[in-house]
Amino acid sequence: MSDLPITPDRRPATLLEQARWLARERPDETAVLLIEHEGERRLTTHDFFTGAARFAGALEACGVKPGDLVVLVLQHGEAVLNGFWGALLLGAIPSIFPFLSDKLDRERYFDSVRQLVDHSGVRVVIASPELHVPLQERLAGIPSLAAVLNVDEVVGARHAVPLQEYLHRNPAQPDDTAFLQHSSGSTGLQKGVMLSHRAVLNQIAAYSAAVNLSPDDVVVSWLPLYHDMGLIAGFIMPVLQGIPLVLMSPFHWVRDPKILLWAIHHHRGTLCWLPNFAYNFLATRIRPAAITGLDLSSLRAVINCSEPVYAESHRVFLEQYAYYGLRESALATCYAMAENTFAVTQSALGAPPKLDVVDRRALMEDRQAVPVGTRYIVSLQTTTLVSCGVPIPNCDIKIVDEQRQPLPERRVGEIALRSDSMLTGYYQRPDASAEVMADGWYFTGDMGYLADGELYITGRKKDLIIVGGKNVYPQDIENLLNDIPGLHPGRAVAFGVFNEQLGTEDVAIVAEADTDDLDARADIMREVRARVAQSTDVMARYVHLVDAKWLIKTSSGKIARRANREKFINEVLNKVPEQR
Amino acid sequence: MRDQLREYIKAHMIKDTSYPLKDDEPLITGGLVDSFSLVELAIFIEDTFGVHFDDPELTAANMNTVNQILSNIEAKQ
Repeated sequence: MSDLPITPDRRPATLLEQARWLARERPDETAVLLIEHEGERRLTTHDFFTGAARFAGALEACGVKPGDLVVLVLQHGEAVLNGFWGALLLGAIPSIFPFLSDKLDRERYFDSVRQLVDHSGVRVVIASPELHVPLQERLAGIPSLAAVLNVDEVVGARHAVPLQEYLHRNPAQPDDTAFLQHSSGSTGLQKGVMLSHRAVLNQIAAYSAAVNLSPDDVVVSWLPLYHDMGLIAGFIMPVLQGIPLVLMSPFHWVRDPKILLWAIHHHRGTLCWLPNFAYNFLATRIRPAAITGLDLSSLRAVINCSEPVYAESHRVFLEQYAYYGLRESALATCYAMAENTFAVTQSALGAPPKLDVVDRRALMEDRQAVPVGTRYIVSLQTTTLVSCGVPIPNCDIKIVDEQRQPLPERRVGEIALRSDSMLTGYYQRPDASAEVMADGWYFTGDMGYLADGELYITGRKKDLIIVGGKNVYPQDIENLLNDIPGLHPGRAVAFGVFNEQLGTEDVAIVAEADTDDLDARADIMREVRARVAQSTDVMARYVHLVDAKWLIKTSSGKIARRANREKFINEVLNKVPEQR
Repeated sequence: MRDQLREYIKAHMIKDTSYPLKDDEPLITGGLVDSFSLVELAIFIEDTFGVHFDDPELTAANMNTVNQILSNIEAKQ
């Protein structure tokens, strides 16, 4: 622990100061090991920052100055890592945009990039070669935008790179914004979470202590970098702490999940962060023949984060991989959000997270977590929650009621947090910042309770649906369906239903149709599914058409999302399981 | 083979056995199958028809309709 460069007692003033130290003290050590289709590629600290300086040069040639926004629309790989740090070297503010997937509609995707660039006053976009020309066309005329750069031209430029000059410029102060993380908002327009150099370094110091990070660790990650878990745990923290990062693309991993396990095996990976669904995915989608001889005994923690954690997902994962050396004590959990840079709580490493078996009715109706002891573990009357651990050293949490007054232990309420790694605010959205920040506290919108100081999450406000680690707001889905011919406008509801086999939620949509014709109904279902996939990049697993007046409304005439979810589960899902 | 594939997709991916799935209907861009399910589908195909797909083949360009998947299977048999 004492050998880490960043600790609670000793931390640099800015990310750039740390980059300078790394380039000077550790030039030849492994910064990143990229797992690519063609094989592996090792980048030393020197290679890494030289690559970043190349991007800094290209950005500076476009007139990028400290404080300017730079958006990266790139596939996962060396360029996105270098581009991110290239902007940082100039004191500019980088942000990584999710890459265009097979499902997304290209035009809608370009629209969302345009919205971001226009509303946030982005200075430069760095795009992958295949998106460079279309983005240049779509973004033309935006006053703030100086250029859309083709990443291949930046990487291919053969001019000298003045790395030392960039490293000694000091363009940023500790309270300047280091980068933006984009969190999806229920209004469609993304909110940019502003994080200062000071906040990021405080998070790295506190979270490194919470996971007992040591110079012997090796982090292995397939996580997307536009999300806080991938960006911080799977990129910024290991790079700043000088710990080797073994990195693969999420697109590559999802098609061939065993590459993560073999990367852990070959590089003696010790730490891996995963969203809950990945435990099920890895437990069920890999053939034994593909992992003969696999050894996972190097793992000291597999940390479940960013989706609701299910004990059953841990169980199937352990059952599958204990044979390959995975220890039960390596199972761990974390509660995190971009607004706190990343982690808020972490379970103690070296032992599996605590389980809390509580009375289901009291939890749902009285919002009270009443422990029932372990005698009734397998019972319809109980529910088992997995602890997300205790607050990391720089963080306080409290549970509050609707008036934001503190609640006692075991009472369910909104989770509020206070730390020195919180967001400065949402970029150019003081209205959105004021809504959730007051008296030094950030109100998360998530629901949970504390028991013996440990945090248990029970739900998300605003009915957020989390599908495979991706956040989707039901309002956004419902808004897509308003003008589909054959559906009653405003008479569609979207919600999440837990899929035990996958360990994540499925999106379900119930909509009132004004036709009984089977072909017409099939066409409506096709249109619903296509729109949802092309706009949100998640799949609507259930599309259930009903007759008029099926949906339950509130007294004020609005569609009651939760009541309709219960009705759907009782009348459709649970009624005729063989029909599904 | 066509029926087996169609029934599997309806039962396991769309979760609606009465859905009138067409053979040229876009599965991925149509929002019926996602990338996670595609891996599951590849395992089903391997188990049932003895045909293996390498991971770079599991793309929307390659596997977007029942017809496309069938011709890919047949080409490998």
